[in-house]
Amino acid sequence: MAKAKTKARPARTKRTGARRSTAVKTVAKAKLANGHADPLREIEQLLYRQAECLDARDWQGFIDLFTDDGLYWVPADPSQTTGDGVPSIFYEDRDLMTVRMRRLGHPRAWSQKTDWGTNHVVSNVVVEKEDPRTGDLVARSRFHMMEFRNDVTRHFAGSYVHHLKKTKGGYRIKLQRVDMVNAQGPYDYVLQAWV
Amino acid sequence: MGVEMRLDLRTAVEPDRVHRSVYTDPGIFELEMDRIFNRVWTYVGHESQVKNPGDYWTVLIGRQPMVMVRHSDRTVHVLHNRCPHRGAMLYGNRAGNVGDAITCSYHSWQFNTDGTNKAIPLDKGYQGTRLAAGASDCQMRNMKPAARTEIYRGFVFASLAADGPSLTEWLGPAKIAFDDICNRAPAGEVEVVPTCFRVIQQSNWKIFLENQLDALHPAVTHESTGRAAYEVEEDFKKRGSKAPLAYHFMSAFYTTPVPKWDQFQTLNYANGHCILTGYMGLRPRDPDTLAYEAALTKAYGETRMEEILGVNIHHVLLYPGLSVQSPLQQLRAVRPLSVDRTLTEIWHFRLKGAPEAIYRRALGYYNLVNSPSTLINADDLWNFWKCHQGLASDGGDWVSFHRNAGQDSEADGVVTSCIGTSEAPMRNQFRAWKEFMGA
Repeated sequence: MAKAKTKARPARTKRTGARRSTAVKTVAKAKLANGHADPLREIEQLLYRQAECLDARDWQGFIDLFTDDGLYWVPADPSQTTGDGVPSIFYEDRDLMTVRMRRLGHPRAWSQKTDWGTNHVVSNVVVEKEDPRTGDLVARSRFHMMEFRNDVTRHFAGSYVHHLKKTKGGYRIKLQRVDMVNAQGPYDYVLQAWV
Repeated sequence: MGVEMRLDLRTAVEPDRVHRSVYTDPGIFELEMDRIFNRVWTYVGHESQVKNPGDYWTVLIGRQPMVMVRHSDRTVHVLHNRCPHRGAMLYGNRAGNVGDAITCSYHSWQFNTDGTNKAIPLDKGYQGTRLAAGASDCQMRNMKPAARTEIYRGFVFASLAADGPSLTEWLGPAKIAFDDICNRAPAGEVEVVPTCFRVIQQSNWKIFLENQLDALHPAVTHESTGRAAYEVEEDFKKRGSKAPLAYHFMSAFYTTPVPKWDQFQTLNYANGHCILTGYMGLRPRDPDTLAYEAALTKAYGETRMEEILGVNIHHVLLYPGLSVQSPLQQLRAVRPLSVDRTLTEIWHFRLKGAPEAIYRRALGYYNLVNSPSTLINADDLWNFWKCHQGLASDGGDWVSFHRNAGQDSEADGVVTSCIGTSEAPMRNQFRAWKEFMGA
């Protein structure tokens, strides 16, 4: 549920978040009946857009949801409080994300030859805190992801924590933490794209 | 379909080619469990995984669920994870601490952390039976230990066979894997980072081992990641900065053309162990490396420091179950699950006394190459799966290890490859396989 806003602001007409067009055509802005923007709705739209980027393999769109110093982190262990200097399943800044994106798009990324696809569902969105001064906030959500690859389906689930920075163009991701429910389990084959 | 022709093991392995069934026949896999994995020394874990009395980690040796435990007298014990009463597994979690005793969840038999019996409830029920203390079955009051347990520089191995070579005899010159990783620490020892990545390969265990020292594949298999990392390295340059060393570990697959790999060499030892020499750029002249060299010089003197950092190793393969990258402080233990499924347990280590930056370098490799989101092994494992599929087909009977066959040199039981891409390591592994299998 949305926390009380400190300052009303008019609904924006420009799309927020990704600077490039994504496969998503959803309206990124949200507006309450009283004309005030609802940050929860806006966050939900961001999460849905991110899920759509992954499922549509719009890797650049995914990367552009992050701030210039943004980080994508999947801890190896749920007790970790930072990805810095500890083993992680993913711990990527935009440069490493770009390596991953360019690998995925390389004509001889051999393990990309087999057909595959994913379907992400994001839910249980809660705004955990909001900085009344900057408008930056922390949102928690849950996800399920089904992957179909090489005639096999795999099911992944877990929680997202998005640390969001409020910018003129809408929220952007400063840090996304992804806690996989099976973080410490054996992986049958590996993960090639972000979850 | 499927009249499985029982293969004569003596004809399955020739010096330069191997019959495909040794990768795909479930019967041969069972024989491998008995004749190889139940006999050799298996890497169990590092002592620092069980720092305190009562700390334990469970592990598979061949088919056997085992547990490594630190006892109250600080000795490390490797035990069959099984209650001698009705057979229930005792240590039910993957790792943890049990205090001074483990209690069976079924009938409350209690065992000390060295596996000896601590208590049996209502023990008087055994009076006059063969299980009474001192009677003929009294050993059944205790957990069964591995037949042999030995530790080399903190690395714990166990064997299920009472007889056979000692650990250091069995390792032979390949023990350099552990000397190299420990010597690189100014304090002379390493400490495990207690995160284990586990990745299952959908292929026979031998396919992974053959890939470890295969200098012919990196430029092909890893071209995509190598190229992507190279491009981003160039982006860094355009911004007037320099990419972290971890990028170089990946871009080297693009910038090192196949002929360059021939300049490396493999050394092939008894028992199937092998070393691939050569490493890429681990001694840059950056402040971190210089600080590290200073710490080593302080600990050992300059001559010894140069010797230690001059050890030229890419991989050490300890057949049949361990691949060690000592300069990058990591290892992968192989646990075959079935003929077409192989679990790898991937660990990395801190060099005691080395600057944090040297750990970060190993961590970069661990995260990017060895994690479940690996930018490198994704394509290896895909190849392994494809190999296993092809080998299960009738499209051909043999696997070729002909490359440079007969051209390598052998002296004192060590085969030195003529060039880095000689398939000498695979031939050497199968030489050991044949001996172990009694074929």
